[in-house]
Amino acid sequence: MADATMGAAPTQAQPEQLTTVDGKPLKAALMAAQAKARRRAFLLVLPLLAFVLVTFVAPIGQMLHRSIHNPGFTEHTDLSDGTQTEIMVNLRGWFDANPPGTEPDEAAYEALVSDLVLLRELRAQGAVGTRINYEAPGTRSLFTKTTRRAERLEAPFKEAILDIDEDWADPQLWRVMRDASSAYTLNFYLAAVDLEKNSEGDIVSVNENRAVYILLFQRTLILSLLITALTFILGFPIAHLLATLPLKYSNILMIFVLLPFWTSLLVRTTSWIVLLQSQGVVNDTLVASGLVADESRIQMIYNQTGTIVAMTHILLPFMVLPLYSVMRPINPSYVRAARSLGATSWTAFRRIYFPQTVPGIGAGALLVFILAVGYYITPALVGGSDGQLISNLIAFHMTNSLNWSLAAALAALLLFGVLALYWLYDRLVGIDNLKLG
Amino acid sequence: MALPKHASPLEKIWHYCYLVICGLIFLFLIAPILIVIPLSFNAEPYFTFTEKMLSFDPTGYSMRWYDLLLTFGMQAPDVARDGSWWSDAWQNSAWIQAAKNSVIIGFFSTILATVLGTLAALGLSRPEMPYRRAIMAILISPMIVPIIIVATGMFFFYSQVGLANTYIGIIMAHATLGIPFVIITVTATLVGFDHSLTRAAANLGATPTTTFFKIIMPLILPGVISGALFAFVTSFDEVVVVLFVADFDQQTIPRQMWNGIREQISPAILSVATILVIVSIALLTTVELLRRRSDRLRGISQS
Repeated sequence: MADATMGAAPTQAQPEQLTTVDGKPLKAALMAAQAKARRRAFLLVLPLLAFVLVTFVAPIGQMLHRSIHNPGFTEHTDLSDGTQTEIMVNLRGWFDANPPGTEPDEAAYEALVSDLVLLRELRAQGAVGTRINYEAPGTRSLFTKTTRRAERLEAPFKEAILDIDEDWADPQLWRVMRDASSAYTLNFYLAAVDLEKNSEGDIVSVNENRAVYILLFQRTLILSLLITALTFILGFPIAHLLATLPLKYSNILMIFVLLPFWTSLLVRTTSWIVLLQSQGVVNDTLVASGLVADESRIQMIYNQTGTIVAMTHILLPFMVLPLYSVMRPINPSYVRAARSLGATSWTAFRRIYFPQTVPGIGAGALLVFILAVGYYITPALVGGSDGQLISNLIAFHMTNSLNWSLAAALAALLLFGVLALYWLYDRLVGIDNLKLG
Repeated sequence: MALPKHASPLEKIWHYCYLVICGLIFLFLIAPILIVIPLSFNAEPYFTFTEKMLSFDPTGYSMRWYDLLLTFGMQAPDVARDGSWWSDAWQNSAWIQAAKNSVIIGFFSTILATVLGTLAALGLSRPEMPYRRAIMAILISPMIVPIIIVATGMFFFYSQVGLANTYIGIIMAHATLGIPFVIITVTATLVGFDHSLTRAAANLGATPTTTFFKIIMPLILPGVISGALFAFVTSFDEVVVVLFVADFDQQTIPRQMWNGIREQISPAILSVATILVIVSIALLTTVELLRRRSDRLRGISQS
């Protein structure tokens, strides 16, 4: 740091401005030095920040973009050479010229037919049909069927098309095509919360037997809360025991908490399958001890119970460690003082000890809840059909139904929820206080 | 937690109940991990203790599932076990291939995460670091964001930039997932770091580089190594990103296990699990020893 001349002589009437040896004002020199130190610190962080932005933030941002952007009805990308072609140009022109709710006329059907002819050349009818099918189920075959005959159709086009299939007159289909004619849409978010637009463009709830997502969000929340509560009930006593035992014993018992923490997730999930399945260790023990008849073995895995048990086990260390680090420094003389003032042991615990552990409970519960909400592996392996969480549905839409925009919209909703909790965690606990063993 | 002499009978009863409850919870924590070890030596293809195993009959135990780990995927598993048999196993055994991939990916992603993470932790723990809180939040977020979202995002992004189905893509992804652990452990080591040591070094004429390698590095090394171990374990245990980003023939141990559990679960999975449990015991011991060493170096004594 620059050397300051602590210059002003006491005899001088006017205090001279403080300067460094090389004549710069001290204030400026200090500012420059501080700015340099800030730059240095930032330069150390910069490589990692850039790396994380590229490998983590950018991919997630791009995925979020996909949840509002789906060009399936506006352009076609040839998979072999990557050329992009504008499609459905005529129909989109008709949509632009006519306000929503206009009855499709002969011009509209003519535009449709000319676009379908182009689709046939590009062999894009399947992709376009799939895009419309996301929002108007059962229409994919309309596109494939009609495109096959599009070239041979003659005016009047409206009758010709309705001749092939009456469903083309469905106002809901035309509403969906109008919405899809712009690549940017919020309809996937509507679908992710079990809403849709009807043929008039009003937002309504979807048919009850298609409403699955709200139910799954609810189940995810309820199961996560339940698992958080269970980890608290199981974690509190052992954290208390660990915190009050002398260090040489608690260090040994700590292994029981840390070993599961270090063991592979898949190993722990496998262990639960082995323990809980109907020919597994727990059921065999119950049968051998005569508690359960051989033919009525309890189904404890591949259902909600399996998810709850395995996830409670896996997330328990995340509850115990923050609790322990808060409980360890609690001074036992407070409780002793309460006892000597006449409190019963229960009152002393309730009024004196417990309030001091609340920060640890908050930290542990938030962490467990955040991790539980987004859990994927364990529910996928042991959840069966009723133990699946929202993450599993995202995976389903990614790999099976291939409705990527809907997967992205569901992921975005989950992500916003988790980030809100993460923000709360940072406010209440501080990320710096995150401890690992 | 000794019971005081003046405790009432009710308190005594509760105290012993409490100890029993704690014992049961510890059992809940540890039993599932230990149970796979004896079961992996089962001679029968079952997931439960056979009568022979319970009566400690040696014929009830066997190494057949460990043997299967070697032979599964081999071209000629049944010939005599000479040099060519072993080279066949090394070349073709599915689990050995998976282990090789896991180690390669884990090794490089650990190096990447540790180097970048340690540098960043040094910057983050300086008092003059600007936007410290926000940057820290971004760097820790890979640990918090649900893995399926990370995998989905990376799937789209990597396919677009041509990193899908490459080792580099998986290594970068795993490094990202390991970084929060490195940051957390190294910043924890730097808490209470005595900065007068670096000033003393500078005062005695050391360049910043010399100060880093001679003064800072030895002090934070335990934290760096435990962070690296965490990063390695994260990569070694990661399956979802691999499922989305990796090529079909880029099998890793967790992916192979995932397939095994989903399709046909056999006791061979248990023998892999046993090996992994032993590995994690070794890692836990190392980390614990490092933590004690770090506390001793920094003068935080522990009785």
